[in-house]
Amino acid sequence: MTAVTDTSSNEKPNEHHDHHGPAKGLMRWVLTTNHKDIGTMYLWFSFIMFLTGGAMAMVIRAELFQPGMQIVDPGFFNQMTTMHGLIMVFGAVMPAFVGLANWMIPLMIGAPDMALPRMNNWSFWILPFAAVMLVSTLFMEGGGPNFGWTFYAPLSTTYAPPSTTFFIFAIHMLGISSIMGAINIIATILNLRAPGMTMMKMPLFVWTWLITAYLLIAVMPVLAGAVTMMLMDIHFGTSFFNAGGGGDPVLFQHIFWFFGHPEVYIMILPSFGIVSAILPTFARKPLFGYTSMVYATASIAFLSFIVWAHHMFTVGIPLVGELFFMYATLLIAVPTGVKVFNWVTTMFRGAMTFETPMLFSIAFVVLFTIGGFSGLMLAIAPADFQYHDTYFVVAHFHYVLVPGAIFAIFAAVYYWLPKWTGHMYDETLGKTHFWMSFIGMNLTFFPMHFIGLAGMPRRIPDYALQFADFNMMASIGGFMFGTTQLLFLFIVIKCIRGGEKAKAESWEGAEGLEWSLPSPTPYHTFTTPPDVK
Amino acid sequence: MSEKDEAPVDLSRRTVIKTGLVAGGMFGFGFAMVPIYNVFCKVTGLNGKTDPNPYQYSAETAEVDTSRKIKVQFVATKNAEMSWDFKPSITEVEVHPGQVGELEFFARNPTGERMIGQAIPSVSPFQATNYLHKVECFCFTTQTLEAGEEKIMPLRIIVDQALPRHITKLTLSYTLFDVTTMGERTLPS
Ligand code: HEM
Ligand SMILES: [Cu+2]
Repeated sequence: MTAVTDTSSNEKPNEHHDHHGPAKGLMRWVLTTNHKDIGTMYLWFSFIMFLTGGAMAMVIRAELFQPGMQIVDPGFFNQMTTMHGLIMVFGAVMPAFVGLANWMIPLMIGAPDMALPRMNNWSFWILPFAAVMLVSTLFMEGGGPNFGWTFYAPLSTTYAPPSTTFFIFAIHMLGISSIMGAINIIATILNLRAPGMTMMKMPLFVWTWLITAYLLIAVMPVLAGAVTMMLMDIHFGTSFFNAGGGGDPVLFQHIFWFFGHPEVYIMILPSFGIVSAILPTFARKPLFGYTSMVYATASIAFLSFIVWAHHMFTVGIPLVGELFFMYATLLIAVPTGVKVFNWVTTMFRGAMTFETPMLFSIAFVVLFTIGGFSGLMLAIAPADFQYHDTYFVVAHFHYVLVPGAIFAIFAAVYYWLPKWTGHMYDETLGKTHFWMSFIGMNLTFFPMHFIGLAGMPRRIPDYALQFADFNMMASIGGFMFGTTQLLFLFIVIKCIRGGEKAKAESWEGAEGLEWSLPSPTPYHTFTTPPDVK
Repeated sequence: MSEKDEAPVDLSRRTVIKTGLVAGGMFGFGFAMVPIYNVFCKVTGLNGKTDPNPYQYSAETAEVDTSRKIKVQFVATKNAEMSWDFKPSITEVEVHPGQVGELEFFARNPTGERMIGQAIPSVSPFQATNYLHKVECFCFTTQTLEAGEEKIMPLRIIVDQALPRHITKLTLSYTLFDVTTMGERTLPS
């Protein structure tokens, strides 16, 4: 144990000469190895991507406002749906979680910084280049990717626009960034915990991120493999996915979803951790069932590897396959149910108050559960033949991703902003942001359940007249949700620039090492490890 | 010395090596999924792909099971942008298991260019895939047709005697692909 303490006073790997504060100017950000700086950059990057992807969603909803073709041509519409999905998944949600991990994990486990600060700088700075490359495909000859965020071959190989090569490289870079980020997080959590911070004392955000990081190093390389095979099919005459050359397009779907299903959990597990931190604070009760939360998260992660073909029920897999993947998928509802039960029980009879982070967290529990239920409906193989590739699927994954991932990120930002900036955010505006997002989100995605069940296919720029009313509702909700996010930007900037002074323990009774630090946190924290009771 | 007594730097280096190996291994696994999938499909017949090699007779397999007749139907489809005419001479045959069924497929290249085509077979229901043997098939290799050329291509099939008894009818479907840019070749087995 003593060795850990010693190293912090002399030769620390991750400290530079700038002991007393950040360097000045632009180079501070380019060269920084400070986890707080990098976390901040991740979060801003993510927000810019969120607005970019959001703008594309606005194009989609504008086109779908009325039946008929009005605003964009179908080719461009397809590029919008594709890029919206890719940017939200790889540009907005994943980097936001990595940003939160950078900021909070060292503070939560009493570490002075991330374990590998230089690699940390790299994993961030790859991202803007990858994003620029991805977005620039839209301006290339033949347009950007138009084959859906799932880029099924041969749409993404034989029939793909020439810009696909750049899309592939962008995915490679995003993948490398995530893998490096994940390795860093694992190294930090395993090796830099303060003395006394045993595994089973770690906050759940740390636990869920540890498990997420393992998922990342397990499946991001598979995605890299998939796009590499695409690259070879396109340029080197191989036939991994080309039926004419002896390959099999269905193979692509297996490889993709072997990555893809764990990926959806990569986008939700850190949210579980966030909500598990916030609910106890505002319910003024300890989290119910900590140990079961840890095991439930681990089981979800394990199960996520054996359910991928629930995305492929209709490709023609044999009956035993349908049944296996159906039951395995339904099984995931068990650990997920344990979590929801624990959250509800944490709130039960608590002295609850409803500050913005709490509002987003409660909405998370309620709406994520709705998404879980529609997931269960989709998991029933015979029913999925009806639902597959309709708006019902769109409703499902937006219910798990918007109130799931995005609301949890909002909750986290509101919860820790006082710690980061030293100021309280404007509570009235925060609540306005919440209610507008909540109403906008439900108005957008709830009707999609109905039009999906009635048979409206996804990824289509036009639709039959009977879907008109619900689509108009969805578009109005979408515009409402979209514009509200500018309010969020305003709230964050306002909070950075001033506001009521935040106490060290910004939220009365909040648990965790981060609250033992002053607000705003000094540039270097826990250079001597704290004592963990 | 237990792990905890080491400096965090060394511990981190170890973690990086371990997790890096996992990541590298999973990249390899992605590629390994290709042969795994192919073997899996070959054993189970799942993707309906028949053996890309000519079937070899043996004394035992040559014996004809006259107790039942199997109806084999033929379908010819052209993949997008494939401009050839492509059709079977008859759309179905009835054979006893073990008996050779013979027919022809007709192909014509109506364009002004030399083209190479590849027919990809698929059997439905997939449970029958491994019981439908092809003694001779135009699908074993690519087919090259000069501008305007036409060709009669023989197909000889045998239904295996071990075909499950509940299957009385099966479909052999060919999709013809334009593989001119890929060149002439034999399908990998
Ligand atoms: C109880 C939990 C869940 C179950 C049973 C479930 C089940 C399913 C099923 C069966 C599908 C395929 C539907 C189809 O294409 O016909 C699907 C699609 C999807 N799910 Fe879930 N899901 C669950 C949770 C989640 C979570 C937590 C996320 C992400 C945070 C998620 C994200 C997605 C996405 C993105 C798709 C659509 C992929 C696409 O085709 O573009 N799901 N889900
Ligand atoms: Cu899934």
